[in-house]
Amino acid sequence: MARTNEFRDKKVIGALLARIAENKRSLPSPCRIMEVCGTHTMTVHRYGLQSMLEKAGIEMVSGPGCPVCITPGEVHEAAIRLVTENENVILATFGDMTRVPTHLGSLQNAVPAKGSAVKIVYSPEESLDLARQKSNKEIVFFGVGFETTIPSIAVMAKAAAGEELSNYSILSALWLIPPPLRAILESGEVKLSGFLYPGHVSAIIGQEPYTFVAREFGFPGVIAGFEPGDILLGIISILDQIREGRPRVANEYTRVVRPEGNPVAQALMREVLEPKDACWRGLGVIPGSGLKFKAEYSAYDTEVKHDLRITARGIDLPGCRCGEVLRGILLPSRCPLFGKKCTPESPCGPCMVSFEGACLVHYKYRGPKS
Amino acid sequence: MKKISLELGSGGKSMRDFIARTIVPAFKNPMLAELLDASHLPGRIAFTTDSYVVDPIFFPGGDIGKLAVNGTVNDLVVSGAVPQYLSLGLILEEGLEWNALEKILRSLKAAASRARVEIVAGDTKVVKQGQGDKIYINTSGIGKVIAKPRPKLIRPGDKLILTGTLGEHSLAILTARGDFGLEARVQSDCAPLTFLLPFWKNGLLWMRDITRGGLATILSELTEQIPYPLLIEEDEIPLSKAVQAASELLGIDPLYLACEGRAVLVVPGEKTHDVLARIKKNPLGRKAAIIGQVEGKIGRPGELLLRTSAGGLRLLEPLSSELLPRIC
Repeated sequence: MARTNEFRDKKVIGALLARIAENKRSLPSPCRIMEVCGTHTMTVHRYGLQSMLEKAGIEMVSGPGCPVCITPGEVHEAAIRLVTENENVILATFGDMTRVPTHLGSLQNAVPAKGSAVKIVYSPEESLDLARQKSNKEIVFFGVGFETTIPSIAVMAKAAAGEELSNYSILSALWLIPPPLRAILESGEVKLSGFLYPGHVSAIIGQEPYTFVAREFGFPGVIAGFEPGDILLGIISILDQIREGRPRVANEYTRVVRPEGNPVAQALMREVLEPKDACWRGLGVIPGSGLKFKAEYSAYDTEVKHDLRITARGIDLPGCRCGEVLRGILLPSRCPLFGKKCTPESPCGPCMVSFEGACLVHYKYRGPKS
Repeated sequence: MKKISLELGSGGKSMRDFIARTIVPAFKNPMLAELLDASHLPGRIAFTTDSYVVDPIFFPGGDIGKLAVNGTVNDLVVSGAVPQYLSLGLILEEGLEWNALEKILRSLKAAASRARVEIVAGDTKVVKQGQGDKIYINTSGIGKVIAKPRPKLIRPGDKLILTGTLGEHSLAILTARGDFGLEARVQSDCAPLTFLLPFWKNGLLWMRDITRGGLATILSELTEQIPYPLLIEEDEIPLSKAVQAASELLGIDPLYLACEGRAVLVVPGEKTHDVLARIKKNPLGRKAAIIGQVEGKIGRPGELLLRTSAGGLRLLEPLSSELLPRIC
């Protein structure tokens, strides 16, 4: 499997790990790196890098990089209410959103009102197709995502406006990656040595939005891709930055990420959406960390159209500690529920639900007990 | 109110728990409780049954008829029996096209001839439009027992042989359904595994066909029966380019994808190369490979370990929830 891919070849990986171990030895303090993105968490665990990195003296911590996870319970509950309390509403959603447990149960187990339904879609386009096909139903797309996904959700609002679709709106949970990094750094709760910045988000936003991390807080960081080799090259860059005493935003993913990002996608986001203060699970309200539809697109904003008035607090269900996992202060395996009461079959919180959720990834790809 | 969820048919852990806690206790039969692919009855007879609800009913490389024969035939083969007779139960939906039915009947006949089984009993029901989906098939099968799988004899150093590439059947179904807007030129691997029968007389210790739940789930189940861990090597697992690309794209792990014509065998270490060479001589086993072994040094009993292509070690769990409904 994948014998030809040098980014995951045993020999290449072995050589990179040896270099990391050697570079780490010359540094005095422990080295703890936050992988901000859920897809990075996947790579680290999927390929068994975690234990190999530990041997090299590097500790990896997962961050708030799973959009399903950081969306507060109240938003999930609003989605459930839409289909249970209203007739003829079809809630189109990505599959993992349907399994997130809330005070009202989950979307998967919700009993929709007459003519209403929850429909799993694989792309935002599918939700728009539903609206075109089913003019007698109200279609709500549960649009959740970071900068990677947001442009494609913005396109939906634009298309719906262009076609003057009156039965379509978007329940948006749109999150920006840089603001929570500031929140984590300002809280000082977790002692970090540097950040692995998400590759796909960076392909949209570029390097500039991360510069405050080095400039104001003095932390190294690197934009990295998603192959094992990408992650290890990123870690080498962080170690170099520490040794040189020159923290910056490095880009080890130049085959995808341009320094300026994707100006077309950025312009699209600016055209349709505007920043808002948003509440994150575990992190609370972070200034300018979310996006909402501009006034001219409010007809497609479910919160406005259906007068939802969501008041999010971002607090976990009793016993669940996903919030602490998302802040990087609790390793999934240290949660008392992990693998016992909370499993992929019966998740107690979103981090055990989402494909990118730290708890699910740590559980699914755990290493053998040594 | 508790209701049946799709998950219970996934072939994964949820389905196993459901069967063990709800179905088996209802009958308290020791043969049923063994949960084997086929039960061995007195008189060296093996008996099994399987239902087919695949959607769509025609897909690249096969159809529901071919599947209904090979699936049941393969359950007999991996339980150590030579398949002999099948029954055929048809549930037809009002409005099914006559041509489609005839095509499926021809396909059932062709598959039965190829696997050298006879269809000797049958039943037909028609349900109102909308109360079924085109056609469902049940086949039960009887075979002559020539060996009993012997997981108790499995020792460290015994090797795991996979008879071919993983996941083509799942990908063919996904493509035919147009799920995920996926387009791929891929044929289902649906085929009879009768060519593996001779190995039962040649030291073969254990064998399973890789259906729902995929290789990882099936090997996890084996670790429950033996006091040693299993280790498989990601780099050694044969994968077609199409499955590899689709898996990366969709974030699906091929180790959990269903096949309908592949098996994994446990063979004593010293016989491995001989068995592998003979499997590879058959067109259905051309891509066969040694993918791992029963471990004596690393891991703990009950563990299924994967050495990733990057060289790291991690545990593989059985499939937990529904991946792809109505795949067979």
